[in-house]
Amino acid sequence: MTIRWKDYRTTGFHDELMRTAGRPRDAARFLTHWLSRLKDDDIGERKAAAELAIQVMGITFTVYNEEGGSIDRAWPFDLIPRIISKQEWNSIESGLRQRVRALNLFIDDLYHEQKIIKEGIFPRELIANSVNFRKQCMGMDPPLGVWAHICGSDLIRDRDGTVYVLEDNLRVPSGVSYMLENRKVMKRAAPELFEQAMIMPVDDYPSQLFDMLASLSPRVVEHPEVVVLTPGIYNSAYFEHSYLAQQMGCELVEGADLIVLEDDIVYMRTIEGLSRVDVIYRRIDDLFLDPEAFRKDSLVGVPGLFRAWRRGTVALANAPGCGVADDKVVYAYVPEIIKYYLGEDALLPNVPTFRCNDPDQRKHVLANLDKLVVKPANESGGYGMLIGPQASKRARSEFARLIRNDPRNYVAQPLITLSTAPTFVDTHVEPRHLDLRPFILSGDSQYVTMGGLTRVALRKGSTVVNSSQGGGSKDTWVVDTEES
Amino acid sequence: MLSRVANRIYWMARNMERAENMARLVNVNAHLLLDLPLRVQVGWRPLVEILGSEALFENRHDEYDERNVIRFLVGEQQNPSSIISSLAGARENARTVRDIIPREAWEQINELYLYARKYLQSAYGQRGRYDYLNAIILRNQQVTGLLAGTMSHDTGYAFLRAGRNLERSDMTSRIIDVRSADLLPGEGGLTPFENIQWMSVLKSLTAYQMYRREVRLQVRRPDVIAFLFKNPLFPRSIYHCISTVADCLAELPHNEAPLRHASHLQRMMSDVNPDKLDQQGLHRLIDDFQQGVAELDRQITETYFYSVAQEQASV
Repeated sequence: MTIRWKDYRTTGFHDELMRTAGRPRDAARFLTHWLSRLKDDDIGERKAAAELAIQVMGITFTVYNEEGGSIDRAWPFDLIPRIISKQEWNSIESGLRQRVRALNLFIDDLYHEQKIIKEGIFPRELIANSVNFRKQCMGMDPPLGVWAHICGSDLIRDRDGTVYVLEDNLRVPSGVSYMLENRKVMKRAAPELFEQAMIMPVDDYPSQLFDMLASLSPRVVEHPEVVVLTPGIYNSAYFEHSYLAQQMGCELVEGADLIVLEDDIVYMRTIEGLSRVDVIYRRIDDLFLDPEAFRKDSLVGVPGLFRAWRRGTVALANAPGCGVADDKVVYAYVPEIIKYYLGEDALLPNVPTFRCNDPDQRKHVLANLDKLVVKPANESGGYGMLIGPQASKRARSEFARLIRNDPRNYVAQPLITLSTAPTFVDTHVEPRHLDLRPFILSGDSQYVTMGGLTRVALRKGSTVVNSSQGGGSKDTWVVDTEES
Repeated sequence: MLSRVANRIYWMARNMERAENMARLVNVNAHLLLDLPLRVQVGWRPLVEILGSEALFENRHDEYDERNVIRFLVGEQQNPSSIISSLAGARENARTVRDIIPREAWEQINELYLYARKYLQSAYGQRGRYDYLNAIILRNQQVTGLLAGTMSHDTGYAFLRAGRNLERSDMTSRIIDVRSADLLPGEGGLTPFENIQWMSVLKSLTAYQMYRREVRLQVRRPDVIAFLFKNPLFPRSIYHCISTVADCLAELPHNEAPLRHASHLQRMMSDVNPDKLDQQGLHRLIDDFQQGVAELDRQITETYFYSVAQEQASV
């Protein structure tokens, strides 16, 4: 039995590879053709090769077990890549650059004059109530004026083909290592495909990341000391922290490796004694960064780190406080934010979002709870959400109460039907829903990954792509059809 | 180099080496038993004694029989020195320093652990045991070769070799101790078998060929002891291991105290006079040496990892 594309159903969704049953999109033709020539045995072999590569390369994410140790689970991977044409990607990329530029200006303004508030475009109470606004950062000038150096924005596509930004992750976005590893796995599992099309490479991310980080160094030296700060091996993203440090050739440090002395300078403990650190790519949340400045009970942080950053003796990426723009209510204002700071219309649309702090919009939300998705402002990973069309009457009235009590904390959006792509189920293919997380670097210049991390919901009909809840991933190919 | 990272590389190497030598230790005893006459009652208990793990063992098992001892030494996670625990430790350490060691080395260590776990059952049967243990030894050698050939011979590598050789010297002394322990009565016309046993000690350390080239005579107790304790060229002899640790220390900063102690251990080995060592004396010497190894480990820890150890203790 081979794959029969004529039987592949795309009804009701936008499919990333197939226009309709039996008709692939241009950029995907070489792939669907190749797939349709594979026999069951071939498919089994390719999948085995991919699984072996994943196991041998140790690509894992961490799950805790009862005995206190950690289990590494292999990252669920689907062999069929998701394809985007280079032409479409170019316009998405411009939209992302524009968006992140504006968000950085917005954050910088919030921690200085707050002109956007004074001019009445952004409501002051949203900042007053934001859990991610850090008043300790007021007046700070981080190097190059950039706060969010690494941004991971989640993109989804609706059934009419429109690409929307679903959210921007500005605190410690993760997943880029899986993007890089997925490509390596595909090269081991299906090397011949890379000769059949112009698939844009993704491997230069680590060196781009390093150059960006080095550009932040407060000391002008030939080799600034750049380190990656991890909460430790029990963090679920530890694989990525270690991977990136390795790929950049920097030290991977934990809080206990660093010390801030009386001179407000950060040092790391080495076998030869203390050695100065210039730039820290921190993968620890703001609140755990420094027990002197934020949460006193943090064991993974470095006492005095915030003080050193304020003095400008060390650069932190991302800057503390930049999470203020990583908030679902702020998200609703992004089109206005872009307009205000850049004088441009947003190139990439937001999912239409109703803000419950606005009385008219709140009324609309309360009247249409059965059609909308309601999200709390500061949760991530899909927690605390109401999916109206699927929720019980009781759950809806509970949410109505929550919204009335704390309108600032809620936004609502129409239910977007995520696009699909063919995904292996044993040896045949079925459509599965997916999203895309590209990564945007901002330093003295900007860089956007070629594609990003495609996450796919492996359960039939599911739209939950999180790895902890039955999600997997696919390699993402930006294909230049004009070159080949 | 970060103190914490140096510490983990050092322990990664110690754990790898321990797993390999534990495989050698079990092998030497298994072979010994096959060669001895049936009327001689030798058992598996000495292996546990040599490792100083009687209390832990007796907590878990009633009898020192083959089945229990092999399980304890090879597959039990609750024994921190078992092959599985050592490999799990090596893997966990490698995992935390995989930005330092070559990627292939991490992949091999990871694979070795997965292999050891997957085929554990075959170590419990007599038929599959040799192949299993041999695979552990060979795959360890493969990692050693990979590291030698692909990792920069820098400070991290110095900690790696120091850890490996310190552990190896300790385990070599324990493997010799298998023989010096009360396996056989000293008299009773078993002399022909005694030589067979020393031969199996040599073989378990892959030392037989090198010994023959060096000594050229039949296998005799004093010669074997001299070879395994004092030979400057054989890479598993205790003298060679300690000299290598000293060479590594010489590359590191602030090395006065540990280096001094390493020289002391080297002298201890040069001074060994095998002809004058009866079984009691040999056993005492090995005990003294193992305490010396523990002291050298303490000094390395204090000099290079102390701030880390202190930090971890205070959390």
